[in-house]
Parts: sequence; structure tokens; C-alpha cells
Amino acid sequence: MNWDPLFITLKLAVVTTAILLVISIPMAYWLVNTKSRSKPFIETLISMPLVLPPTVLGFYFLVAFSPGNAFGNWINEWLGLKLVFSFGGLVLASIIYSLPFMVHPIQSGLSILPHSLTEASQVMGKSKWTTLFKVLLPNCKTSLLTGIVLAFAHTVGEFGVVLMIGGSIPGKTKVASIAIYDEVEAMNYGAANFYATVLFIITFCVLLMVYLINGGYLKRFWK
Amino acid sequence: MIKIDIHKKLSASDGTMNLCIQCQIEKGEFVTLYGESGAGKTSTLRILAGLLKPDKGEITLDNTSWVDTKNKIFLAPQNRNIGYVFQDYALFPNMTVLQNLEFASKKGQDKKVITDLIEMMELGDLHNRKPQTLSGGQQQRVALARALVCKPDILLLDEPLAALDYKIRLKLQDYITRIHNEYGLTTLLVSHDIGEIMKLSDRVFVLEHGKISRKGIPNEIFSNKKISGKFKFIGEVLKIEPQDVVIVVSVLIQNNVVKVIADKSEVQSLNIGDKVMVASKAFNPILYKIE
Repeated sequence: MNWDPLFITLKLAVVTTAILLVISIPMAYWLVNTKSRSKPFIETLISMPLVLPPTVLGFYFLVAFSPGNAFGNWINEWLGLKLVFSFGGLVLASIIYSLPFMVHPIQSGLSILPHSLTEASQVMGKSKWTTLFKVLLPNCKTSLLTGIVLAFAHTVGEFGVVLMIGGSIPGKTKVASIAIYDEVEAMNYGAANFYATVLFIITFCVLLMVYLINGGYLKRFWK
Repeated sequence: MIKIDIHKKLSASDGTMNLCIQCQIEKGEFVTLYGESGAGKTSTLRILAGLLKPDKGEITLDNTSWVDTKNKIFLAPQNRNIGYVFQDYALFPNMTVLQNLEFASKKGQDKKVITDLIEMMELGDLHNRKPQTLSGGQQQRVALARALVCKPDILLLDEPLAALDYKIRLKLQDYITRIHNEYGLTTLLVSHDIGEIMKLSDRVFVLEHGKISRKGIPNEIFSNKKISGKFKFIGEVLKIEPQDVVIVVSVLIQNNVVKVIADKSEVQSLNIGDKVMVASKAFNPILYKIE
């Protein structure tokens, strides 16, 4: 049995989730605190992947990063990045595609904290970053966890975007969800069943974790 | 000494209000801001702390400028060395009592202050507990102690005792008096409990619609005549009942209802809900054996 697609899926999900966590925290913090008029537009852009068909995203990605046009060519030559039909491209597309699943929980977690916590920390002479990392984030651990788990699960379940951007290159960009499709097309139901079962179990476990944590069932282990 | 001269347009529930405060607070003084809700007490405190920017004006502490809108000076709250006790205490739920206090200390600061404060506020048994497992009064003590860790130039208390019941309030008033004296603090309290103000403060600023309408010592402010009374209590009129020749006025003093006999002329200006002082002069005391 070829384990490659499963490894690629996992690698993609882990890398995407890690990068998303790093970029979503400042984004969510900004969204909660900003009085800028651009906020609704930025929020809309972040939420778009929730409703937009993945193929739309994939299509524009292909157009933008194809070495055939100036922008894609420039990225290729100057940064040495080939974003079409490569793992790097998959990661970038997945980040955009799963962004709302990470930003939204963190944003709502931060926004329900009383404002006086931030102010108390400021009065004590603490900087914004110290306040964020020592006071605010530790008090919305469940939101952070929800974000991490949802972004991970959503990346595992991608199909349209990764197919268009990655192009299903075995051992490089062929993730498990695409492998299932390919195996079914080739009438290899056994192999398809194998990938499908593994994905089923992973997503079930991951989502179960969210509900266990948010329902307070794991409070004893997570203080 | 802190000099305050600030203006700020605030949006209140009934339109806008111009907050316009001019006052001085001497070092070591205990001053109370007194006034109706919405008079601008909390906003004044927030402007002092740097959490709210005034539209124009100046705030100076001794010779340091905290705010000077003419010269575009605005010191961030981080640079003001202030102790602030919030209405909701704002204790950090993720930290224990001790960690809350430690978080408030400055880099390289002597940790002895924290042990002293824990002892003084009697938090020894609680130092490993998380704030949400403490009672209101205990949380308040932690919040007070935490505000003092940085040895603030001024301690700002925003109705710190409003949410507590009467007995605990009395006890905490003693704590506040004690820390104010022991640490030689300059304290600004927001309160509308006259009894509390009488007990704690050196001076009172009465705030009405964003302006200080009267300043003075609590006795002068809350009683129009100077009484050389031995006993006096502040209360609120609950009921005014005419009975034959006299009128019985029920007054709520602390948590007791006291009935006071009054004549017509005295009652004329009284309405239900008014704050009154019940005083008895010393030449006719009643002695009542209690044991």
C-alpha cells in the first residue's frame, strides 16, 4: 500500500496549521482592536473561502502564479519559488483556504475577554505584545485549540484547491483526498477504501476533540 | 502634587457631555470624586491613567508632564506608574494570586514588596488560588495589593467596594485606610457612598455634569451646617409619615432603618431618597446598657 498521499496530507496539514497559527493571532488581535473603516472589507476577504467554490481560488492561483505571466515569472526568478504544481504552492493555497477557520475562533475568543484585562496590564507598564501573550491568549486557550483543530481538519479535507494548484503529482502533491478520486477512477476500490477509512478516522477524531474540549469534558486534563 | 486641567467631550446616554476638570491633589492626600452616575467620575480616572485621551489640557505630576496637548505630550499608561483598581477588579484568570502580583512588578524590582503586601492584605493562604475561586472581598484585596506592587505615584480606585456587601465593605475600608497611611499613598477614589467617603477621604470633589461643582472636606460638603455632634450617621430617607403633631421620618442608616421624629419645618425640604445626616448633640445623650 502506498502511504505517500497520507504523509503528504499530514505534512501539508501540519505545516499549514503552524503557519496559520502564527499569522492568525496578530490578524485576530488587529480585528478585535481596530477602529479602521477597512475592517468589514478585511473580514469579508478572510471569510470568502467559506463560501467561494475552491475551484475559483484554485483557478486564480494558477493564473497568478503560472510562470507564463510576469508575476509568476518574477516570483520564480527572484525568490526561487515555483508555486504551481509544487508543495510550496499547496501550502500557500491551503493557508488562504483555511484562514477563516483559524482567524474566526481566535477573534471571537479575544473579543469576549473583558477590556479591563488589557487595560490593567497596560497600567502595569506591559507592552501590547506582553499583554497579548501573557494575559489575553492564555485566557482563550479553548478558542486557540478550536482554531488549530479546525484549520488542521479543513486542510486534511481539501480537494478542489489542491487538485488545481498541485496537479496530483505522485509523491509530491498528490494528497489523500485526490488519491481516493484517482483510485476510484482506476477502479481500485480497495486502495480508495484504505485512504478513505484513514481520512474518516482522522477527521472524526480531530472533530471529536473539539467537541470534547469545548464541552468541558477534558477540563480535568486541560487547566 | 498632581495638577489636572483637562477637557474632553464625552458621548453620554443623553447626548454629549463636556468633561471639564480643574483640580490639584497634594502628595499623600486621599481625595474622593463624588457624583451621580454619568457625571464623569470614571472618565476622569481613565484620563488620569492614560486609558482615555483628553481633547485638550494638561496633567502634571510634580514636574513631569503626563499630558500637555499644546506641546503634543501624551504619556502612555505604561509610563505613568499608576495603581488602578477596576470596578470588575480585572484579575488575570490564568494566573494565581501570587502570579497576578508578580506580573505587576517591574523588571528587576525587589520581590519583598510582594511578600509584604501578601502579609498586609492577609493573602497568605490564598496565594496559590486562581481568582475565580475567591470571594468578592478576597478578589478585591488581591486587586488592591496588585495595584500597589509598582509603588504607584497615585492610586486610582474606581468604585472598588460597590459590588460587596456591607460587612465586607467596612473591612475593606479599613484595609484601604491602612495601605494609604502605611505606603504614604496619594489616592483618588470614585464613590457615591457618603458613609465611605466620610470615613476615608481628606477631601471631596463633587462632580456634576462633567464639572467639579464643589470641593472641600467631607463634613463641609455633606452637611450644610457645621455640627459639633458626638453622634452622626449618614442615611437615606425611606418614608415620611405625618402622625398627629409630629412627622415620623424613616431613615436607612447603613443596613438599619431608624425612625426619627421631625417637625413640619424640618420635613419641608425633604423628599424620599434624599441623603440625610442624623445627629445627636452631646448634651442629651441616652445611655443604654447593652451588657
